[in-house]
Amino acid sequence: MISIEVLIARVSDLDRNDLDRWIGNEWVRPYGYTGHYEFREIDVARVRLIQELRDQLQVNEAALPIVLSLLDQLYDMRRRMRELGTGLGRTVPETARQELAAYLCEYRPVDDHKI
Amino acid sequence: MLEDPYQTLGVSRDASQDDIRRAYHKAAKKHHPDLNPGNAKAEERFKAASAANALLSDPDKRGQFDRGEIDAAGTEQARQPSYRDYADGEAGRHYGQSGPQPRGWSAEDLGSIFGSMFNGGGRPGGKTDMRGSDERYSFTTDFLDAVNGATRRLTLPDGRTLDVKIPTGTLDGQVLRLRGQGSAAGKGGVDGDALVEIHVRPHRYFKRDGQNIRLELPVSLSEAVLGGSVEVPTPGGSVRMQIPAGSDSGIRLRLRGRGVPMQGGHAAGDLYATLRVVLGKPDAALEAFLRDWKPEHPNDPRREMEPSQ
Repeated sequence: MISIEVLIARVSDLDRNDLDRWIGNEWVRPYGYTGHYEFREIDVARVRLIQELRDQLQVNEAALPIVLSLLDQLYDMRRRMRELGTGLGRTVPETARQELAAYLCEYRPVDDHKI
Repeated sequence: MLEDPYQTLGVSRDASQDDIRRAYHKAAKKHHPDLNPGNAKAEERFKAASAANALLSDPDKRGQFDRGEIDAAGTEQARQPSYRDYADGEAGRHYGQSGPQPRGWSAEDLGSIFGSMFNGGGRPGGKTDMRGSDERYSFTTDFLDAVNGATRRLTLPDGRTLDVKIPTGTLDGQVLRLRGQGSAAGKGGVDGDALVEIHVRPHRYFKRDGQNIRLELPVSLSEAVLGGSVEVPTPGGSVRMQIPAGSDSGIRLRLRGRGVPMQGGHAAGDLYATLRVVLGKPDAALEAFLRDWKPEHPNDPRREMEPSQ
């Protein structure tokens, strides 16, 4: 677990007030409670991401929650897809998986209406 | 072989610092890896643009590069792990779109991603819903219950009660999944799950630090100077600890294995007690002694303090 002091030391140009506000907005979600936060590596990376979005990509703080929410949805979906892939690999017979792969490779949106 | 940083950013060799900054922002917005997950090409372009910017935005380095003193890789930085490296993995569940994403799929997950595939999509003759929906609850627990593990009864808004088993070493924010305790399923289906987010109430004197517990332990002046055996509270009950003679305020003593109990893949943590000397009420004899006291090693504890530090 990473303390708030270590986090601030590890992320250059991080302003303590900014960080407190981001935690208050739940953009960064450490374990623990005010005064005793415990951060993990993903929290450090997320702080860097927010900083990068704001300072380099010039996303202002009013638009940040939308961007973060879209990113979170995207990662949720990617995780789901990976779980689906693992699930298919473990439960569906090889021949059916090959059929599925062949179907997806040849898939044409226009056929959609016939299904 | 790295390409020319001017080409990477698409600016001329005499571009102003402003032009370079604008070109970099444009490239970064387009190719940022978190906006293009899984797109290795975009990540390459982003890294190249960042490296080019790192070189060209620094007038000294730009000058060195222009004079041929360093090559384009001369300033390549070790790559920090990007957010995606974590978000894509198990750790990313913590930032699920509507709170921590639990393991396992619910009926809604299947429905929202695959539509009709798993439940007949409401077509005539389709099967009833295979599974009831998940319900989210939050539950605030005492610090010691979270450390030691406990079973607590949760009363739901609909009057049902639920026995929640809080595992040993539960952290604030952790989500427990109780199979079959969510909404009832349709005919022949499986009931949904209850997802309980655990909040841990702070303790008056214990602080959690991973598997370890920290504690500030008040000791009397004579215990600090002469040493002695004192009783120390730990999450598993009080134990006696020997304080060495001459223990100053701030000294940290360790009680091995007295932190968070062993659980899962974690060994038991330790308890760290930081001593704090407490003088107590004024004492005439002590005052009289100190007035006449000539220390063996006179000492100015503020000797190394400077206002600028």
